[in-house]
Amino acid sequence: MIHIRLEPRLSTPRWVSWASPVVSIILALMVGAVLIAAQGASPIEAYAAMYRGALGSGFGFAETLVKAIPLMLAGLGVAIAFRMQLWNIGAEGQLWMGAWAAAGVGLFLYAAIPMPPWLAILLMMLASMLAGGLWGAIPGALKAYLNVNEILTSLMLNSVAIFWVLYFVDILWRDPGGLGFPNTAPLDKAIWLPKLGALLFFLPPTHRVHLGLAFGIIAAAFMWYALSKMQWGYEVRVIGLNKRAAGFAGMPIARNIVLVMFLSGALAGLAGMSEVAGVAHRLQRGLSPGYGFTAIIIAWLAKLNPFAIILVSILFGGLLVAGEQIQMTMGLPASISLILQGLILFFVLAGDVLSQYRIRFR
Amino acid sequence: MVSTSTLQTVSRENEIVVSMREVTKRFPGVVANDRVTFEARRGEIHALLGENGAGKSTLMNVLTGLYTPEEGEIAINGQPAQFRSPKDSIAAGIGMVHQHFKLVETQTVTENVILGLDAPRFRLDMSRAEADVAKLSEQYGLKIDPKAYIWQLSVGEQQRVEIIKALYRGAQILILDEPTAVLTPQETEELFITLRDMVAKGHTIIFISHKLDEVMSIADRVTVLRGGKVVATVNARDTNKAELAEMMVGRPVLFRLDRPALEPGEMVLRVEELHAENDKGLPALRGISFYVRAREIVGIAGVSGNGQSELAEALNGLRPITRGRIFLNGREITTLSAREIIDAGVAHVPEDRHTDGSVGDMNLTENIILKRYRHPPIARGPVIDWNQAREMSSELVSRFNVQAPGLDTRARLLSGGNLQKLILARELSAEPALIVAMHPTQGLDVGATEYVRQVLLEQRAAGAAVLLISEDLDEVMQLSDRILVIYEGEIMGEASGEKADRAQIGLMMAGQRQEVGY
Repeated sequence: MIHIRLEPRLSTPRWVSWASPVVSIILALMVGAVLIAAQGASPIEAYAAMYRGALGSGFGFAETLVKAIPLMLAGLGVAIAFRMQLWNIGAEGQLWMGAWAAAGVGLFLYAAIPMPPWLAILLMMLASMLAGGLWGAIPGALKAYLNVNEILTSLMLNSVAIFWVLYFVDILWRDPGGLGFPNTAPLDKAIWLPKLGALLFFLPPTHRVHLGLAFGIIAAAFMWYALSKMQWGYEVRVIGLNKRAAGFAGMPIARNIVLVMFLSGALAGLAGMSEVAGVAHRLQRGLSPGYGFTAIIIAWLAKLNPFAIILVSILFGGLLVAGEQIQMTMGLPASISLILQGLILFFVLAGDVLSQYRIRFR
Repeated sequence: MVSTSTLQTVSRENEIVVSMREVTKRFPGVVANDRVTFEARRGEIHALLGENGAGKSTLMNVLTGLYTPEEGEIAINGQPAQFRSPKDSIAAGIGMVHQHFKLVETQTVTENVILGLDAPRFRLDMSRAEADVAKLSEQYGLKIDPKAYIWQLSVGEQQRVEIIKALYRGAQILILDEPTAVLTPQETEELFITLRDMVAKGHTIIFISHKLDEVMSIADRVTVLRGGKVVATVNARDTNKAELAEMMVGRPVLFRLDRPALEPGEMVLRVEELHAENDKGLPALRGISFYVRAREIVGIAGVSGNGQSELAEALNGLRPITRGRIFLNGREITTLSAREIIDAGVAHVPEDRHTDGSVGDMNLTENIILKRYRHPPIARGPVIDWNQAREMSSELVSRFNVQAPGLDTRARLLSGGNLQKLILARELSAEPALIVAMHPTQGLDVGATEYVRQVLLEQRAAGAAVLLISEDLDEVMQLSDRILVIYEGEIMGEASGEKADRAQIGLMMAGQRQEVGY
């Protein structure tokens, strides 16, 4: 009998850790090609169409960036939790709660109390972060004080959040003039997130990229700064790498668990706000096609590095746009892009194992 | 018939049962065994002596089939052997008792002994197996109740189960990995009697150790390994401790530490009727009272698992105290958090360097500031001044003689001794009032052990109060001004460091209260 076993590598060569994501993507595209071919289409044509749709034109790239915004915000949120070995699978629900809170402020508070639009936008941001944050802090507190597995609680709270929000969309906040569509009334134009317009000079002037992109980049920069320079970020890293040693060094572990889960949820919540105020301009069914779940793949693929998350989000945003493209132009299912996402994750996980272990036959 | 068998025994007396020739085992970047030649004869106790990392365990893992060597030949009873798995080596009559026992706590002695055997394929005849175990236990003087559950047994008894397990599988060659590390002096004596009895019955014992005294007292022959190579194989009666130590370390070793008499100072730590629970919620400390003064080392001796870990954790604010009080320099610290206790001037050299004392995936600097990142000069507002941190770590790394390629080296890559020096650098450079050191030299090589003990004595001279918790009785006796013995969460008695009587301490370690005079 042949024994196959994994032998730990003493050190991982630098090129392996970089080659792993690249090779993963190539392999995912190869497997995807088989599936596309099984649909009776030419994989090369399909990939060419995907490329053209997502990156080939200024408009396509603009749409890619639009999709990348919620992905990077939620991805950063997931990553900060993962840094502390807190497996927050609840970004989707946290995103929905953020969207809900933002819509509430934008639709009702703004109408009830006169205030300048910038203040309303700021309040929407804060409300979304608070709502998403609290939704993340629930599994955090359960983990910190009762040692309840946060994977299960955060995952299950997704359903709770989504149905809670849909209850408002479908019934309580439903737009009576909405011709029966399940959505709220639109937000006042004044409190839409401003488009970046001519700031992104390389895009066609009518592009839809909004201020949310700046939120993402600022959040990434702040996360990098906090983790590498601040005492608090150092605590997060120590707790993530060795919780026991952190305890022995007197670090407040429970408090940081709740705090990090709050921040994680807050960033996902902000992603919800940016979709409401920047893209849909109302709360509606289908607001998120699972951004919060894709964010998990993105965070992992980016190896929890904040700046890499921005790049990977753009890649995955492009994948979503490309999926829509080939559905329209070639009649292929848009879910091809979801399949590709899944495949990339599979190969990345395999690549992670292989970069830490070598296979031995004997 | 009888006479032939006797004749055979005689002629087989010096027969070589284990022969390993020019065995080489490489790991990426390391040659763990470099052309090692090792022989063991029937009826001998052969000690395998060497520091950590000398290649003793690798060599035995090759012999038990866990590793396949790149080069070399193995012969058992003159027959060439190629072990592809531990199963093959068991079939060849080799048994191993690991340092950490491989027993199922919730099963009985007999169930553990027959665990994993193919023999009763369908119907398990437990009473017969029990009778077999009882017979073996009687034959070899390994007192044990075949029906007892493992969790009910003391560590020494569990070790006997491991030995019976090996014998039950027909082991003629028994490998014991640091078997005395977990035993009281009395239990060690009993084990040695058993081992002598076993070799008299024709077994071969390979005894892995780094303790010179016990090697001198039990072994017939000694093979010394250093850096993966055999230094020499010698007859125990033709050598002495100093010679063995020199072979083991590669240079002459001092056995005496300079511990000048010092007048103890103010009371630094006072513990009154301390109670605490273990992780299972059972009482682990039951009313412990003692004190430690400045300029003295108080040793806590005891067999592991008698509340030592809980005591260290309770003192450092890492474990809730259910009753009792702790004072540091007269100030009550019973309810303070770990952070507050650190800031109050308590240093902790924890039990496990890797899981408790350092962050393996962080570099030296990040490990040095582990307890200091919130205070100037490292802290500047909410940020860390990494330049200051690097400066401090560079200074401490050289002051405490930590050997590492650079400050960016991850702590994981340090050897045990260097990691311990790094931890000492962090803990002691803060000039603590009290140092709680738990097993500070466990698993360290002779050189690093010497260094750590020296540093603790320096701290004592500099005015610190040191609480030394160790299972190594020699260490406790060598370093301590006073010795307290802990058993099942209670202090069994106290002895003066110099005049301590090993036998009496041994009795206390086994749970007998003693009034020991000074």
